[in-house]
Amino acid sequence: MTEVPPGYFLALAGLLFTVGVVGVLIRRNAIVMFMFIELMLNAVNLFFVTFARMQGNLEGQVLVFFVLVVAAAEVVVGLALILLIARRRASLDVDNVRLLKW
Amino acid sequence: MSLDIVVFGAMFVVTLGSALAMIFARNAVHVALLLVLSQVGLAVAFLLQGAFFIAAVQIIIYAGAIMVLFLFVIMLLGVDRREALDEPLRGQRVTALILGALLTAQVLYVAWLGLDVTFAGGGQEAIEAINSEDGNVLGVARVLFGRYLLPFEVTSVLLITAVVGVMVLARRIYSAAPPPGAERPSEEKEAVA
Repeated sequence: MTEVPPGYFLALAGLLFTVGVVGVLIRRNAIVMFMFIELMLNAVNLFFVTFARMQGNLEGQVLVFFVLVVAAAEVVVGLALILLIARRRASLDVDNVRLLKW
Repeated sequence: MSLDIVVFGAMFVVTLGSALAMIFARNAVHVALLLVLSQVGLAVAFLLQGAFFIAAVQIIIYAGAIMVLFLFVIMLLGVDRREALDEPLRGQRVTALILGALLTAQVLYVAWLGLDVTFAGGGQEAIEAINSEDGNVLGVARVLFGRYLLPFEVTSVLLITAVVGVMVLARRIYSAAPPPGAERPSEEKEAVA
């Protein structure tokens, strides 16, 4: 196993999460925003694995498993919704979805 | 010792670089491929920390299954859509960049405080012992089917809910196809919500 201290991995995870946040705020294509959400989930997975290494038990690695299941369910439902909206509006731009906006 | 650091450095550059390039990539397919690259880099990070099973699962499920689903939907909707560059919310991008810079500064500050933190409990040695004795897969399975058995079973409810929800959504497209040009506001409300 690596001799690189866990702090470096935590820094990488934090920076990846930041990139995900900025991407969701900047991009407007619904699918691309979804991919940045996946990036944020991945960053959290790296946090979990690093904390598991710091704690010396495998519970963090098991939690990554649950994050994976939630991510898979979220992607399936979310992409189905995006597909429906895009068929109806001929656009993937999230700013066009404002039926409920006053 | 030095090989570790070289691998970590390469992984750091590839993962963070492809994630940053995702923001600037115009084409949705390029964004998806860069995300795959970033996830492969993360799998290397998991390997470096002794999470062998999670690294394999990361490649198979994330970089494989989920990203193929993304590419599938991108292809279904057409790859050559351009993203609009006007801003309905004035100053959204500038505000996002400022907030992102703030968040980055916070992350870097916290990382700088704790970069060389080591742990008295000998956490790394414990993981190494599990990995060399029983193997990583057996260790994960013991925790997953021992202490976390109930949450594990509950996730099956989540998956079934997702499957049923997607079936309901998909059925509406094909069986109740609206006449061309006709708008049905009641259904639209449901799809947006």
